[in-house]
Amino acid sequence: MTGTGQKMPAFTAERLVKTFDVSAPWLSRVIERKPRQLLQAVNDISFTVPTGGCLSIVGESGCGKSTVARLVTGLHKPSSGELRFAPGRNGAPLSVQMIFQDPYASLNPRWRVKNIVAEPLREMKLLKTSNEIADRVEELLETVGLSASDGEKYPHEFSGGQRQRISIARALASEPEFLVCDEPTSALDVSVQAQVLNLMRKLQDEFGLTYLFISHDMSVVRHMSDRIAVMYLGRIVEEGDTEELFANPRHPYTRLLLQTIPNVQKPNRDRVVGGGEVPSPLKPPSGCTFHPRCPVAIGRCSAEVPEVRTLQGGTRVACHLVEEKIATAAE
Amino acid sequence: MGETMDQPILEVRNLTVEFPGRHGTVAALSDVSLDIRAGEILGVVGESGAGKSMTGLAIQGLLERPGHISGGEIWLENRRIDTLDDYEMEKIRGRKIGAIFQDPLTSLNPLFTVGAQLSETIRQHLNMSKSQAKARAIELLGEVGIPSPDERVNHYPHQFSGGMRQRVVIALALAASPKLVIADEPTTALDVSIQAQIISLLRKLCKEKRTAVMLVTHDMGVIAEAADRVAVMYAGRLIEVGSVNQVLRASAHPYTRGLMASIPALAARVERLNQIDGSMPRLDAIPDGCAFNPRCKSVGPRCIREQPELMPAGDGASACWLNAGGTA
Repeated sequence: MTGTGQKMPAFTAERLVKTFDVSAPWLSRVIERKPRQLLQAVNDISFTVPTGGCLSIVGESGCGKSTVARLVTGLHKPSSGELRFAPGRNGAPLSVQMIFQDPYASLNPRWRVKNIVAEPLREMKLLKTSNEIADRVEELLETVGLSASDGEKYPHEFSGGQRQRISIARALASEPEFLVCDEPTSALDVSVQAQVLNLMRKLQDEFGLTYLFISHDMSVVRHMSDRIAVMYLGRIVEEGDTEELFANPRHPYTRLLLQTIPNVQKPNRDRVVGGGEVPSPLKPPSGCTFHPRCPVAIGRCSAEVPEVRTLQGGTRVACHLVEEKIATAAE
Repeated sequence: MGETMDQPILEVRNLTVEFPGRHGTVAALSDVSLDIRAGEILGVVGESGAGKSMTGLAIQGLLERPGHISGGEIWLENRRIDTLDDYEMEKIRGRKIGAIFQDPLTSLNPLFTVGAQLSETIRQHLNMSKSQAKARAIELLGEVGIPSPDERVNHYPHQFSGGMRQRVVIALALAASPKLVIADEPTTALDVSIQAQIISLLRKLCKEKRTAVMLVTHDMGVIAEAADRVAVMYAGRLIEVGSVNQVLRASAHPYTRGLMASIPALAARVERLNQIDGSMPRLDAIPDGCAFNPRCKSVGPRCIREQPELMPAGDGASACWLNAGGTA
């Protein structure tokens, strides 16, 4: 799946910002004289998703990756910035659907599977007669590797992996061109995870889908994506080609993430574990938000926010050190 | 490890746990045998529902009714504990067996400071005064790597981050210097960078204090980094045990091999992941013979007829007819 970069991007996000108001209730603010408190969940990020490709956003909990997914699907309105979808079928903007993390919470336990999968068809009035809908539901269930008779059952009769297949069938019902997947396999066991990932790859080839994939699991991300964006406290710190990012990580945070992945083939039992924790997004550190954990931080890092630079090969990095290295190399 | 000479701390022999229900009795665990020595980490892996957490609960005497141990024996330091009554078991939990659970927020009481919770556990099991217990609590917090423990001891759980909270839970589990610690998915709720810190802490403390650890997890990465030996479970049975190197790299059981192959590799990218088709059978519908036979690629006629027992394979054992010599 190389060469997708040349095509027009399916989706472009420009200077996206999302701020949540997490202030105390009005009365306590007045009585206790507390100021308003704002949480910058997504802080000025820009990225593009190649058509027919897969961009993954990785990061630790609280870094804002799920907020990005919700912004893209329109479940949140951005505080500022722009979202642009390329024209899809019939010239209208690409149609978007979402697959959620928890297959136990995202399916209504009181509905039969056939009704769950048919809901988007009915809601968007895509098909008219109930016969058409029933045929389409059967077809969808078979596409995701379930049998047509499974439509009569309820969600609790299925295992986690099968439920995630139902979520995928539901997402595919309206024939979307762009799928946002928020940690679709993190609630699943590895053997089941492999089944679901294989299915998602197969569907991508079959229907020409474009994926925005949100995950914290670097090995899953490596398997699925063409490009990877690494987020830390609401910002993208590095974005680049999957192979390039794994072979040649530029940002110290990306290096930390790659080092801490347990490697089953070559377990590193005696590694020195980098200290530190993700700071609270309510009180992010000054300058580069990674500087308190960064092993190579310099004076500038705590004062200035690093700009995102595009390097040769298309990797984008926000780090003062990388910037200075380029500057010294140029002299 | 050079510790093979001494007596195991925990010995589980042919443990069977049953849940009677309206539609007949379901065996949640069948014939599980394992042992853990001092200073050893035994990793227990399997898919959800394989019975790994159930094994931990059965050892601690925490099975929910109507579930009960219907066969087998559990020995802790040469004392049989599966026959003890609730009062006796209560004295063992915390004192002899420490527990670490998955979610650090729910295993701590939000209304008490971590110091109060640690002191309570210490005073419950060890004969100490209040001030001694508090000093011990501060010492423990320091041991698990919490910065400025003398200050943090007066903080409430919500004032700690997820990783720090899990450190507090580890301190609680170790409060009375137990011989055995049962850690059930201790890193699942944590981020990868924090996960690595907790694993190395657990490993360090286990080796220093010569505690036996049963590490229950579904994450092969955690096993690879932390465990000395591995036990693989499937549908309520132990299907393979052995050293971490053997089980992960040269496994003797087709299920373990399939599980390993389905992990996306970091070294190179493949077009399609290796997958094990189908899913684990429900406990009330386990097929005859080997429970894995409907999904197994190297299934033979014997696998459908006969249940394989654990048979020696390499430095461990594996329940597969392929290891019985000849063909399945």
